[in-house]
Amino acid sequence: MDHLDKLEAQSVYILREAYREFKSLCMLWSIGKDSTVMLWLARKAFFGHVPVPLVHIDTHYKIPEMIEYRDRFALEWNLNMIYGQNTEALAEKLTFPDGNTDRITCCKYLKSEALKNTLSGEWPRYRMDHEQRTYVVDEGRDPYTGVIVGVRADEEGSRSKERYFSPRDKDNVWDVGDQPPEFWNQFKTDFAPGTHVRIHPLLDWTEQNIWEYIEREKIPVVSLYFNQGAGIRYRSLGCYPCTNPVTSDAQTVPEIIEELKSGKFSDIAERSGRAQDSEDGGLETLRRDGYM
Amino acid sequence: MSSGRAQMNIVIVGHVDHGKSTVIGRLLADTGSLPQGKLEAVRESCRRNAKPFEYAFLLDALKDEQAQGITIDMARCFFKTAARDYIIIDAPGHIEFLKNMITGASRADSALLVIDADEGIKENSKRHGQMMSMLGVKQVTVLANKMDLVDFSEEVFEKLKADYTAFLAQINVTPVSFIPVSAREGDNIAFLSERMPWYNGFTVLEQLDQFISDKELQEKPFRFPVQDIYKFTRSNDDRRIVAGTVAAGTVRVGDEVLFLPSGKQSTIQSVESFNTAEKQHASAGEASGFTLATQIYVRPGELMVKPAEPLPEVGTRFRVNIFWVGRAPMIRNKEYKLKLGSARATVKLAEICNTLDASDLTSSTCKQQIDCRDVGECVLETSRPIAFDTTAASETTGRFVLVDNYEIAGGGVVVENLSAGETLLQKHIKDREHNWEAGLVRAEQRAVANHHRAKLIVFTGAPGTGKRVVAKALEQGLFYNGMNVYYLGVATIDRGLDADLGSHTDSAGERLRRIGELARILTDAGLIFITTIDDADDYDIETLKLLNEPNDILVVNMGENGFSRYQPDLQMPAIEALSHAVNQVAELLKSREIIVDYQI
Repeated sequence: MDHLDKLEAQSVYILREAYREFKSLCMLWSIGKDSTVMLWLARKAFFGHVPVPLVHIDTHYKIPEMIEYRDRFALEWNLNMIYGQNTEALAEKLTFPDGNTDRITCCKYLKSEALKNTLSGEWPRYRMDHEQRTYVVDEGRDPYTGVIVGVRADEEGSRSKERYFSPRDKDNVWDVGDQPPEFWNQFKTDFAPGTHVRIHPLLDWTEQNIWEYIEREKIPVVSLYFNQGAGIRYRSLGCYPCTNPVTSDAQTVPEIIEELKSGKFSDIAERSGRAQDSEDGGLETLRRDGYM
Repeated sequence: MSSGRAQMNIVIVGHVDHGKSTVIGRLLADTGSLPQGKLEAVRESCRRNAKPFEYAFLLDALKDEQAQGITIDMARCFFKTAARDYIIIDAPGHIEFLKNMITGASRADSALLVIDADEGIKENSKRHGQMMSMLGVKQVTVLANKMDLVDFSEEVFEKLKADYTAFLAQINVTPVSFIPVSAREGDNIAFLSERMPWYNGFTVLEQLDQFISDKELQEKPFRFPVQDIYKFTRSNDDRRIVAGTVAAGTVRVGDEVLFLPSGKQSTIQSVESFNTAEKQHASAGEASGFTLATQIYVRPGELMVKPAEPLPEVGTRFRVNIFWVGRAPMIRNKEYKLKLGSARATVKLAEICNTLDASDLTSSTCKQQIDCRDVGECVLETSRPIAFDTTAASETTGRFVLVDNYEIAGGGVVVENLSAGETLLQKHIKDREHNWEAGLVRAEQRAVANHHRAKLIVFTGAPGTGKRVVAKALEQGLFYNGMNVYYLGVATIDRGLDADLGSHTDSAGERLRRIGELARILTDAGLIFITTIDDADDYDIETLKLLNEPNDILVVNMGENGFSRYQPDLQMPAIEALSHAVNQVAELLKSREIIVDYQI
């Protein structure tokens, strides 16, 4: 087994362990390359099927190609696709693009709050109806007690401390100092009522591994990751007001891998194009409050 | 492409402040693995705060960690050498964070154990050395750090080497090597130090590349813990796939396989996968799935093996080495959850052989409990049999964790199968019967007065096979024939006698025990006692039989026979015509001389 085979096997093991132990399970799909690889790994784990709902938090400011891509594969791969949204904040224009909040607060409203309330079932969930080929309000409002998330340990400091199975309490709080032990391949799969667990199958993957796997498996990813001729591409995807493309000539997956390995990005952080990270507190403050 | 490159997990352990984070910071800096500008940013921040720069700061990714100046949790970082890619797991040295250290170390192929040459061997230098041995980290290199503080003295290094080698010998660990280093100054980390000309071994980087990564699991007997059984019928997929990760060995299409503890057998029909070429075999490390040539009922938690190879152990009682990190001590007579491979079982601490204080290696044979951070040898007993290996035979199926109150509180390795000995249940029955306070009416007297003998009748089979309907009709029929009979509905005790157990599946063993104890009392009262159990397996019936002793049990199975060896007294199809079903049971009772006559 080569290195990618090992990473794949470990992720598949984690996904199956989650599916076995958690009755109310979902997977967050941000449409980005990482969670798309994770979705692909679920198809590996369950032999072509994805037996858990995919949840996307639609901030309304996602780059339009992302939403088109999401709906195309939701239909093509027969996914149980759910999205949630902070309709209230959008209606009241409590957003950074509307000029009414700073970036971090905007993230908090449109992502953290929407996520929290979609997971708990307090806000409506919109489910893809495969016959009507459109979204309908989902009847299911049970809270998800297991949430599969595609974070990687190499992304930034706080993520390097995550466990594969990481408990969050009622308020989504993460107690970094007192995490449960994981011995060998045995994870925390027992949890007290009222708590939920985040599951991280991609923890050991690096950005380069992700692209190598996309290349090997020929996984379709959003075209925004590639230079379409203007000499720019996105390295990390988010909302368009806060995500900047990087200058790059890479038009194919192998070219991206080359760029990461020895080219211009071999020593520049992946999220350097994400503006909210550089505001006070940044990503860690967001993450403690439930941001993925 | 680097996907073809080997990768290795290394853990860095040692006593607090002996310089683990500095070693890592140095490795990252000297191999050019830091993001652009990171080193400069940390230097600048130190200058602003008038603090001397330290390589350890590079790792201090989290705020509260910087505030306390110690590594709380294990963190991963990545670097590469010409030979391969590395994930370094930085494990905390503080004693309170032992569980985090173990979490990191249990994933490692090899370890660097850092000892401050100036301060010498400390409590955790020893404790961590011992843990490495128990966790199965076979390659340990000892770094004598801070050599700059002892003037790069060969004498100091040799003394530390001799002392620590002597300690490791007591616990049967032989380190791969000792390297004198100064992580702060960079000596012998990536480059051979000119200040220690007396040392001519490897640098730390060279040593890492010398470690061997593969554990030869392919060569061992095939072991496949069944993680789950998938059948995605609703997505128009009729494959019934036995899924899991191969723990050791190899299996091929056409191989005969045996499931333990159930004892069921079949043949591998196909190796299943998604988006790959068709596979003919699966080997150690692969997350795989199989379809079988025959439709047999297997459950998650069984161990699939090849009957032609050395078989694993099956049992309920085994001697183990454990470490305990739970806040509450591990005590006797309390139920814990054991997770071994894909098996889950209720387990009790049956005996404590000895406990070991890992810091000074003082041994105690008189402790009544296993405290937090103790390492001990003890006997565990599961409520039902599981399949496992001794750690000497196959380490991946010979180690387990223990869950106490939702948390993993301990772990260990199986040393020996003791299942031939008396079980806790057998001991309990013996004790119970010895102390049974009988009245003055004897069983034979009751039988004469009742015109029938006492009996426990259990209906089993899959849900929806009509067990309850038949059981209730039998009660009614026997009652109209003048017998003392009682039907106990499962729902009746769920909300009554078993109300304290909640809906946890873990409490299945306790539910069974209560039915068994109840049966013992009601049959003692001379009753024909009828109840139902969904999907009872061999072990459930054995347990009930034992609990009901010295009285008798009669088992009626409806629908598909889910037992592997046990022969039910009566086998009938699901949804049998009611009067016919009742008559069959009554006839059997007559032939066994439980009842004399039965009129419809």
